[in-house]
Amino acid sequence: MRTTLVIARRQLASYFNGPAAYIVVCLMLGFLGFFFWQTFFLQGVTSVRNLYELVSVMLVVAAPALTMNLIAEEKRTGSIELLLTMPVRDADVIVGKLLGVLGLYVVFLAITFVYPIAVSQFGNLDWGPVWSGYLGLFLQGAAMLSIGLLASSWTDNQVVAFFVGLILNFAFWFADRILPFLPRGLVTSVVEWLSFDRHLTPMTRGVVDTRDVVYFLSLTGFALLLAFRSLESRRWR
Amino acid sequence: MTDVMIEARELTKRYGSVTALSKVSFDVRRGEVLGFLGPNGAGKTTTMKILTCFIAPTEGTARVAGCDVFDDPMGVRRALGYLPEHNPLYPDMLVLEYLRWVADVRGLKGEEASRKIRKAVEATRLGEVVSRQIRELSKGFRQRVGLAQALLHEPPILILDEPMSGLDPNQAVEIRDLIREIGRERTVILSTHNLAEVQVACSRVLIIARGRIVADDTPEALRARGGRARYRVTVAASNGKREAAREAFGRIEGVDAVRPLDGADAREVSFEIEPSSDRDLRAELFRAAVDAGLVLLELRREGQNLEGIFRELTLGGDAQSQATARPEGGAGPARRAASEAPPTEGSADEPQAPTRDAAADGKG
Repeated sequence: MRTTLVIARRQLASYFNGPAAYIVVCLMLGFLGFFFWQTFFLQGVTSVRNLYELVSVMLVVAAPALTMNLIAEEKRTGSIELLLTMPVRDADVIVGKLLGVLGLYVVFLAITFVYPIAVSQFGNLDWGPVWSGYLGLFLQGAAMLSIGLLASSWTDNQVVAFFVGLILNFAFWFADRILPFLPRGLVTSVVEWLSFDRHLTPMTRGVVDTRDVVYFLSLTGFALLLAFRSLESRRWR
Repeated sequence: MTDVMIEARELTKRYGSVTALSKVSFDVRRGEVLGFLGPNGAGKTTTMKILTCFIAPTEGTARVAGCDVFDDPMGVRRALGYLPEHNPLYPDMLVLEYLRWVADVRGLKGEEASRKIRKAVEATRLGEVVSRQIRELSKGFRQRVGLAQALLHEPPILILDEPMSGLDPNQAVEIRDLIREIGRERTVILSTHNLAEVQVACSRVLIIARGRIVADDTPEALRARGGRARYRVTVAASNGKREAAREAFGRIEGVDAVRPLDGADAREVSFEIEPSSDRDLRAELFRAAVDAGLVLLELRREGQNLEGIFRELTLGGDAQSQATARPEGGAGPARRAASEAPPTEGSADEPQAPTRDAAADGKG
């Protein structure tokens, strides 16, 4: 646990030491600002539902961008060897890295909190769905960042890691949108169940269903487990 | 705890169909500095990665500081300081920040951490750069940061993979002295291509080729394997004294063979003289030269150097006879050891089959 936190801290600090994380976060905030206010006054509703959708879309690109270097870069430079010959377990590395990038994501979410605060100035904002929506965004972010981490553990090339992460995250995000084109039946229900939107939307409306929470948590856990296996496989190859 | 700090037993590592390491066994005792020598791709780095628990052996096992690499990898890692081959560092960190982080990962806290960091910085003489970014440092300083990292928690065992590669001669001497100093109280394994480093820094040499150990001895004993000393004599060769000189030296009792060597300078001629016994012939060679009216320019007694041994042991087949300049001289134990080495035709046995070039790198 202690080493996990040491690794998480170092990961978070490295984001703030370099320009990459600032660029990604600023771009996200810029897009969010533009698209959020563009429709806000047209709709004329004191709700931040748009925010969840926008963050969700942006994460499809931002999550792999923030996670692509997590393991791939350590593999490329060889520092993974240094890390894993110190008294550090493979799991410490995987979980620590995720906590580090999750820390940055939480900072981003905290900044976006100015939106509900601003919106509440225009009228009566229902704070219940805001809290549950942010919980949903946090959970979905954790799942998407874990998927990015998994992609990063598969390669020592950041570009490859980025695109693999992008494709996987896009698949989960897009699943909901291809439903009308699929034949009704088992396939549709499985694809629908796998999609992010299916589980995020209720939370943005203020409904926190255990099944949705479990979905995000198990997706996160599964991606982390695969990443752990991928890291561990070096020993036996 | 016993005196044996590292115990490798029949370590075998296969990467797919390629056998990188084949039944390698050795012990390293406390206070030993073991030089790991071998051509590129011989299995040095693989062995080190196994000992540091970065990868697992396909067969066999090892105990490091009493901990098994399979059962207690954390115990092994706690007892080790490791400098990997290309000395990976985090270039975005400051030197001090990096060492603090290493101390953190190692679980050192507060006063103890500060004290040990200070000690490591002093030992590696990093004082002037502690507040610089690692990316700005020269290769020599980076190497010292890597060493400081390995030394930080004062481990009983240090494993250093090519600690002196890429350093200029001054830096190499500094690092070598540092390693020797460390080796007084601790166990050190270091791998290198540089034979001169081994002779100076190591108390024991392990030569590995094609995944097998081909020699395990002290540098002196290895050199002694190369057979008797030879003499190198240079005389002024004006007005055709070449043959006269050859005869004069050949007449001395105890001289087996006199071979003229090709020199660049036409005004002198050199001979390599092989004795038939261990008796020192220098005085007689001098007298013979004087009696024959020759002007002696140089007279030297040379032992077989480690380079020759290295080439004999790590090259196989016909390359071996080319590598040893002397046709009949190498019939000592070294030659026998080499013939025990595995046949070379199994090129599938070796990721990068050591060529003569690979061994020539070792001359560094």
